[in-house]
Amino acid sequence: MTSVVKATGLTKRYGTTVALDNVNLDIQAGRIVGLVGPNGAGKTTALKAILGLAEFDGELSVLGMDPRSQRYELMQQVCFIADVAVLPRWLRVSDAVDFVGGVHPRFSRDKCMAFLARTKIKPTQRVRELSKGMIAQLHLALVMAIDAKLLVLDEPTLGLDILYRKEFYQSLLNDYFDEQKTILVTTHQIEEIEHILTDLLFIRDGRIVLDATMDQVAERFVEVMVNPDKADATRALKPLYERQIFGKSIFLFDGADRNRLAELGELHKPSVADLFVATMKGTYA
Amino acid sequence: MNTTAINAGSTKTGTPTNTFAWLLKREYWEYRGGFFWTPTIIGIAFLAIFLIAMVAAELFAKQHGINVNGIQLDMLTQSLSPENTAKLNAAMDVGLLTLGFPIGIALFFVTFFYLLGALYNDRSDRSVLFWKSLPISDTQTVLAKVAAATLIAPVLAALAMVALQLGFLVLMTLFAAVNGVNAVSVLWSPMRLIRLWTTMALLIPVNALWALPTIGWLLLCSSFVRSKPFLWAVLLPVIAGVVVSSAKAMQDLVVPSAWFWKHVVARILFSVFPGGWMDQSMFKAMEHMDSGRTDLLAPVLSLDTIQVLLTSPEIWIGAVAGIAMIAGAIYFRRRRTEAYA
Repeated sequence: MTSVVKATGLTKRYGTTVALDNVNLDIQAGRIVGLVGPNGAGKTTALKAILGLAEFDGELSVLGMDPRSQRYELMQQVCFIADVAVLPRWLRVSDAVDFVGGVHPRFSRDKCMAFLARTKIKPTQRVRELSKGMIAQLHLALVMAIDAKLLVLDEPTLGLDILYRKEFYQSLLNDYFDEQKTILVTTHQIEEIEHILTDLLFIRDGRIVLDATMDQVAERFVEVMVNPDKADATRALKPLYERQIFGKSIFLFDGADRNRLAELGELHKPSVADLFVATMKGTYA
Repeated sequence: MNTTAINAGSTKTGTPTNTFAWLLKREYWEYRGGFFWTPTIIGIAFLAIFLIAMVAAELFAKQHGINVNGIQLDMLTQSLSPENTAKLNAAMDVGLLTLGFPIGIALFFVTFFYLLGALYNDRSDRSVLFWKSLPISDTQTVLAKVAAATLIAPVLAALAMVALQLGFLVLMTLFAAVNGVNAVSVLWSPMRLIRLWTTMALLIPVNALWALPTIGWLLLCSSFVRSKPFLWAVLLPVIAGVVVSSAKAMQDLVVPSAWFWKHVVARILFSVFPGGWMDQSMFKAMEHMDSGRTDLLAPVLSLDTIQVLLTSPEIWIGAVAGIAMIAGAIYFRRRRTEAYA
């Protein structure tokens, strides 16, 4: 397997604040990786380093290239949507397609036009005339028409309604992703993308606190719902996190003996959101 | 396995020259209003004013029974001595060139604010993140902005000036014809027009060379500041000038403050003014001119003036400083993507 992104001791400081603290990463080809963390945890800083938009300390190689010195070559193979609605407002849709087609050797105009045909976007419209959701559709159409090895998405659906969000990830999965491609995505709406992820990265205070495949997550983590009388016994097994619902207690365990837990109550697969809350507790305290 | 396919594709699109052409197109799309519509509308407005003035003059003449019929302009010009013909031609040249002056002033403002926003606006609306997601080097991006300011804007302005001159000549010819005067031979001298336009074309690269310090400074500010590029760009040199002035008043050192204002402050702020170099070079050239020359335009438009300019160290020192600042703009373009709106 080849590494698409490989970081060793990746560190970034802004004055006295440490945005990335000795991060080690190894993202393989053909994965869809969710980089999840609270606000200010270092997600965007990490992505900026990978995209060659920020300086950093430590070692970082993206597709075998140094994003600092080989940014131009890198951008032939890497695509990104850094935020919603960052397309220039004066740009006309047809001009955007022409321009990207003109400068990007791996862009397919036919593909892009096919994607746009499924939307209400008209070639003569300017970006400023489009709704936020339509701008995201346009940006996605431009990006999906590029045969890139790595696609980086930083909160690509923030502020869009659920119809646009669902459609966004559905297109990405059905019409874009394959084993040759790698997608690295950050979002706060993890519930919506957890079923498409193959890997999960949790970042907190500039450190990677969880780095696992979704299969490993399913193996390692388990939730057990117990009646109040067994709560103390369960608590003794040192759960990661505890919450109450309908008078019952739900405990989250990392790598616990499932047979033992099954005796105490009903086992569940935890959602990524629950796992996230458990892992990040006390972040803002 | 599919490297050949990729290479075959890259010969068609994404080559540096092709990319540069697309970058120029992008500048034009974004600043069409300043580059194209501003000179066009000024040209049309002036033609409209001339037309109204001529109609008004015609009506006024009719009302008061003034009749200019019968003057044979052809006869008049034929009776002129060669010296006076040259004077007439020169006056025509000056007239036609002066006609373009409003467009020149507009070109200064358009270019100044274009450069100031060129590397700042897309940071403040975050669209820089879109441009940076494409395989375009920062050097190409910045050089495309330089080319837009030194080529696209002045060429379009020059075309508007030529159109205005032609329109003016047509109106004048018609006005004369209405009054029974045939002015074709006086107004439409192909040799003179071609000479005028050739000189105007020649001035574009000369102006560009002279403008480099301002281009460099404005692009540097545009790529560097996090907010208020105009304040930074104007205040820094002005403060520097004030500091030098007050220091000179106290210490009376080698560099007079007037020199600093003229050769540093003005050069990095106003050199994008088309033909802004003329005040100096023109007078220097005039000193060397034979007193017998009657061509009024000679000092403004002759090759002597350009030669004086191109052999002066000032333009080259300024150009080097400008190129250094453009390199600085490329450096900051590479590193800075944020700005406060």
